[in-house]
Amino acid sequence: MTATSNDPYAATETETTQGRVFTVTGQDWDSVVSGIAEEHDDKVVVNMGPQHPSTHGVLRLILELEGETVTEARCGIGYLHTGIEKNMEYRSWVQGVTFCTRMDYLSPFYNEATYVLGVERLLDIEDQIPEKAQVMRVMLMELNRISSHLVAIATGGMEIGALTVMTIGFRERELVLDLFELITGLRMNHAFIRPGGVAQDMPAGALDEIRDFVALMKKRLPEYADLCNANPIFKARLVDVGHLDLAGCLALGLTGPVLRSTGYPWDLRKSQPYSGYEDYDFEVCTWDTPDAYGRFRIRLAEMWESLKIVEQCVERLAGLEGAPVMIGDKKIAWPSQLAIGSDGMGNSLDHIRHIMGESMEALIHHFKLVTEGFRVPAGQAYVPVESPRGELGAHVVSDGGTKPYRAHFRDPSFTNLQATSVMSEGGMIADVIVAIASIDPVMGGVDR
Amino acid sequence: MTDEPGKGPDKTQLEQREGGTQDPSLDVVAAGGAQTREVIGERQGMFGAHDSGDTSGYGGLRRPVELPGASTPPYGGWMDDVAGAIATATRDQGIEAAVEKVIVHRGEITFFIRREHLLAVAKLLRDDEALRFELLSGVSGVHYPGDTGRELHAVYHLLSMTHNRRIRLEVTAPDGDPHIPSVCATYPTADWHERETFDFFGIIFDGHPALTRIEMPDDWPGHPQRKDYPLGGIPVEYKGGTIPPPDQRRSYN
Repeated sequence: MTATSNDPYAATETETTQGRVFTVTGQDWDSVVSGIAEEHDDKVVVNMGPQHPSTHGVLRLILELEGETVTEARCGIGYLHTGIEKNMEYRSWVQGVTFCTRMDYLSPFYNEATYVLGVERLLDIEDQIPEKAQVMRVMLMELNRISSHLVAIATGGMEIGALTVMTIGFRERELVLDLFELITGLRMNHAFIRPGGVAQDMPAGALDEIRDFVALMKKRLPEYADLCNANPIFKARLVDVGHLDLAGCLALGLTGPVLRSTGYPWDLRKSQPYSGYEDYDFEVCTWDTPDAYGRFRIRLAEMWESLKIVEQCVERLAGLEGAPVMIGDKKIAWPSQLAIGSDGMGNSLDHIRHIMGESMEALIHHFKLVTEGFRVPAGQAYVPVESPRGELGAHVVSDGGTKPYRAHFRDPSFTNLQATSVMSEGGMIADVIVAIASIDPVMGGVDR
Repeated sequence: MTDEPGKGPDKTQLEQREGGTQDPSLDVVAAGGAQTREVIGERQGMFGAHDSGDTSGYGGLRRPVELPGASTPPYGGWMDDVAGAIATATRDQGIEAAVEKVIVHRGEITFFIRREHLLAVAKLLRDDEALRFELLSGVSGVHYPGDTGRELHAVYHLLSMTHNRRIRLEVTAPDGDPHIPSVCATYPTADWHERETFDFFGIIFDGHPALTRIEMPDDWPGHPQRKDYPLGGIPVEYKGGTIPPPDQRRSYN
């Protein structure tokens, strides 16, 4: 050991059959350097993560380096695997929403939406979903796109040392989460989009809050552009880093901002609209350099488009006051149970009065839906949505029972992360971080 | 990965398409020929419990578990174009037997491909002018223990950006011989998806560059998303009682 051996946090070294292995704990680079100096070999394999602040989550990177150049980059994933898909096979179709919302935790509404759209297709009720539920879904998804892109930009900034980008990104994201809390009762993991509609109507005053938020965002979003767009340090780190052209994207299955940064305007909201996206006026954002900078600019531009959609949703919702948010079919519609009381969210007293005092049928429906749930006709469906990271789709399989026979999620983070090697091999080690941040993987979605 | 990656979709074609809003599900809902049902099992009782005395009176209930079976053409809309193009291309290559059956259900089309012909079909789906399925969305496994002789299904979702169409391929393998060729050479994106399907279902994708576990730890025994994978119960500290595993609990089935 070296002179720092009395330091309990110093690098330790062990001999293995595959060479000498150093466990690095920070501020101990000297002992590593002096350790390898004896080997007369510049090739080092660095195991980065899974607990590393710059790997964008619990992602493990296995990097083979020559000096500071990355010759091979591989990902190790699975550290956040929780078996959500398997768990869903033992819950009712409605409870499935509660599980899948936790996968890609930065875009919960998209997880819910793609699953619910698949279930609705199997139930053959796609055209019976009330208009207000559709509009609320679109609005929540677009607000969610803003909050997700804010985190992408914020953490991407933090990882290259642009801390102000991080603080302002999380500042605005907090406002979106406040809106989610107001509308769904929860800041994350909402389980709000349900087969047949959404769980609750809009609370009083929510539309005004959203209008205020949109107005505020229109003042705040230019700050990001002022801070970053022409910032020479920011551009020096991002431009030409993580290059991947159109053929590469399609071969590796990349979608979302990475695909659009090649200039190809592919967006499922336009090309295969769902939830009534064809009724909204918005543009598909593209960029002409397929690099980290292009993807940053696309995310920035997409937040403006999302604000546009949110404004149109608010306008439509203002004219839909009191309209139903759940399908009329009593065999599917989850009974509204919750209401805001003087002591917070709790059982809806009106609903309890209705089922206990007024309607035996309502009581039966409530009981059967909550204990047994509904049966979904056998078959399989795949209805992908354009999540902030690309094509997110749920392959939903039913055998005609009360539980999903199989639910598999094609998560864009999982697929896009495969591009790590192509994007970072041959570049500098510092650029690996930027390339991965430009993919914006969310490990909860990767590992499920 | 010996093949060239799929050519990108033609941008001018994308622009020419009317507003790019063709919804694949719109014009085919009512179309399509007669559909058969395929029985793969039987549901007993109401609550899944077989051993305990079921006093509900539902114990004798027997219901078949049936999946949508093969459809007969015409399938409706663009689906006939795709099916026709596949039929022509497979005939040209002398592999007419590649497509086992076609299922159209809820506006989605599924081609069952015999596993020995999967690679040839994948390649022509990607490269044929009339097909051009450039993007493989993913590979997903499904385990049907009751579907004797073809228990393991690998499901591929393909997207043609040029024509704005989606199709699904389904390839089956028996539990005793869980081999399916890997489509990695044609669709490099299948790499991780096939590893995941191997990890969870034990389907061995022959020809995959490095078929190792991806989500579970390397030394994990078994394949957790198979239906016969043993689930754990929960020990409770009351006279040695346990809470049974989820698949043995009494619950609606």
